[in-house]
Amino acid sequence: MQPLTLWRLLIRCAILAAILLVVVIGALKFGAVRVSLWGLGHDLLDVILHKSSSISSDYGMIVRDIRFPRIILAIFVGASLSIAGTSFQALLRNPLADPYVLGVSSGASLGAVLALIVEPHLALPSAVAALFTPLGAFVGAACAVTAVYFLGRREGQIDSNTLLLAGIISTSFLSAIIISLMTTLISRDLHGMQFWLMGDLSIPLQQNLRWILGVAFALAAVAIYTTAGDLNLLLSGEREAMHLGVDVPRVRLVVYIAASLLTGLAVCVSGTIGYVGLLVPHVMRWIFGSDHRVLLPTAAFGGAIALVIADTFARTVVAPSEIPVGAMTALVGAPLFIYLLRKRLA
Amino acid sequence: MAASRNSAAQNALDAARASSEVRLSVEQVSYAYSPNPAQAPLFTLEASSFQARPAEIVAVLGPNASGKSTLLKLIAGALEPMSGRVLLNGVVTHSLSPRDRAQRIAMVQQESPLPFPFRAWEFVLQGRHAYGRSLRFESDQDIAIARNALAQVGGEHLTDRFMDQISGGEKQRVILARALAQQPQLLLLDEPTLHLDIGAQVNLLETLRRLAAANRYTVVVVTHELNLAAEYSDQVVLLQRGRSLRVGPPAAVYQRELLEQVFQTSLSVELGSSGRPRVSILPGPPS
Repeated sequence: MQPLTLWRLLIRCAILAAILLVVVIGALKFGAVRVSLWGLGHDLLDVILHKSSSISSDYGMIVRDIRFPRIILAIFVGASLSIAGTSFQALLRNPLADPYVLGVSSGASLGAVLALIVEPHLALPSAVAALFTPLGAFVGAACAVTAVYFLGRREGQIDSNTLLLAGIISTSFLSAIIISLMTTLISRDLHGMQFWLMGDLSIPLQQNLRWILGVAFALAAVAIYTTAGDLNLLLSGEREAMHLGVDVPRVRLVVYIAASLLTGLAVCVSGTIGYVGLLVPHVMRWIFGSDHRVLLPTAAFGGAIALVIADTFARTVVAPSEIPVGAMTALVGAPLFIYLLRKRLA
Repeated sequence: MAASRNSAAQNALDAARASSEVRLSVEQVSYAYSPNPAQAPLFTLEASSFQARPAEIVAVLGPNASGKSTLLKLIAGALEPMSGRVLLNGVVTHSLSPRDRAQRIAMVQQESPLPFPFRAWEFVLQGRHAYGRSLRFESDQDIAIARNALAQVGGEHLTDRFMDQISGGEKQRVILARALAQQPQLLLLDEPTLHLDIGAQVNLLETLRRLAAANRYTVVVVTHELNLAAEYSDQVVLLQRGRSLRVGPPAAVYQRELLEQVFQTSLSVELGSSGRPRVSILPGPPS
C-alpha cells in the first residue's frame, strides 16, 4: 500500500521533466544542419548569464528561429493529445480510445478547414479572424465527440467495438470531405492536404496566436486535472461512480469540452497527428499505475517527449527532406495499436 | 399553557425517538419506465412501503423483472420516484447531492470489469472520495479507514493484489470494503452473491450480518437466494411484476402457496433447524 502524496507526484514529474530537457537539447542539436552540443551549451549559458545577448550567429538562427519554436510546438501538441487521449480512455472506459481513433482529430481538421474557407468572406476584425480557425477546430472536435458518443451506444451502454468502429468510419468520412474541399480549393492559401491528414509541425505558429493558445491549453489541462479523482472512479462505470459521490454529468461535460478544446488546439497548429494520445497513456499507466492524479501530468510530459523525439526523427532520417511527423507516429504507433488490440482480446 | 408546552416538548421527543428508531422509511414510492412520455410505460413499480431500523437486514425478493432493482435505485436516490418518498433519517434521499448521498448510502452492485488495472487498496480508497476534494490526497485517516474496511471483510491479504487477478468471492469482498469505507448509514446490495460459489455466498452474508450488528448499518439486499434471505434477513419484501405483495419477517412471508404463485414452480416450505423457513424445489408444474 503506497498512497499517493504530493511529494511522490512531484518526484515523478521532475524525472519526466529532466528527460524532456535532455530530449529537447538533443532535438536542438540534430537536424539537417549539425550543431555542436558543446558550443550550443556554452552559448546558451552565456545568454542565461547575460554575457551575450544571443546565440552565436553561424547557427543561432537555425536553433533559435527554426528548431526551438518547432520543439515548443511539439511539446504542446504532444501534451495536448496525450491529455485528451487519457481523458477519452477514462470517460469511455476504452483502452483503445484517443482523439485520432475516435475521429475527433478529423472533426477538428474539418472544422478548421471550413473556418479557413469561410473566414475571408466574413470581414471579421483581425483579432477575431486569427481565432476563427482554432474556434472552428474546437467546434469540429466537439461535434465529432458528440456524434461518436451517440453512435457508439447500444441499448444505452457504450459498446467498445461499436464505439471504435464509429470512430474509424467517422474518420474516413470526414477525411473524404476534407480531401474534396482541398481539391476543389487547390489555389487557396491553405495548408496542404498532407497537413490536415497526416500532421506536420514545420509550419511556425503565428505570433498573435501563441499566447491565446497557451492560455487555452493551460485552462483546458487544469480543468481536466480537477476531475482526476472522479476519472479514477468512472473507470468502475458511471453508475458506480455516481454512488461513490461523483457528479457524473458535470464531470462528463467538463472533460468532453476540455478534451475537445485540447484536440482542436493541437489540430489547428499541427494537423492530425495520430497514436500519440493512444499509446503514451498506456506506457505511463504501465510505469506509474492507473491513478489519474499521476497519470494526467505524466502523460502530458510523456506526450511531449514522444512527439519531440518523433519530430526529430521526421526531420533527420531523410534530411534534407522531411517525413510528415504524423507518418512517423503512425509507423511506430500502428503496430503497437495492433499489439494492444490483440492483448485486449486475449 | 404549561401543559401544552409540555406536550409539545413531549411530541418533539417522541418524534426524535421515532426517527432515531426508524432509519429508512420507504413511503408509497412508485415508478414507471417508459421510452417516451407519450407511450404507455414498459414497466411500473406500484406504490411500495416498508421501514427499516439500524442493524436490520431487509431482503428484497421476487422473480426477474419484478422491480427489485428499481426499488433499490429509488431507495438509493438514483431515481426520482413518481409518487411517494424515501426518507433516510428524515431526509429525502433523492434530494441529496451525489456527494452527500455517498456519505450516507453505499451501493454494492455487479461491477463491470475495470478497463485498467487497480490494486485492491486503491479500489477501497475510492470509497473515501466523497469525503475529500477531488485533488486532495488521501489523509492518514482515510488510509486508516480503508485499511480497517478491508480488515472487516477479512481481506487484508488482498491489499496489494490487482483487482483483475483475484477470485470472484475475493473481488466481492473488496467491493464491500469500498462500500464500508464510505461509512454509510445505509448499505444497499444488488445481487451480491451472483456468480459466487455456496461457500463464498455464506461467507459474504455472515460478514454482512456481523457488520450490520457491529456498525449499525441498515442493510437492503436484493437477491434470488430464497434460503440465504430467510436465514440472514430480519425482514423480507416480496415483489411480483412491480407489486409489493408482502412485507414482514421471513416466517410470515415464506408461505408455500404465495411463493409457488410468485415463482411459478412447485415448492415446499418447512422450518429449518435454525428456526427459519427453508424452501426446497419439487420438480414438476405448480400444484
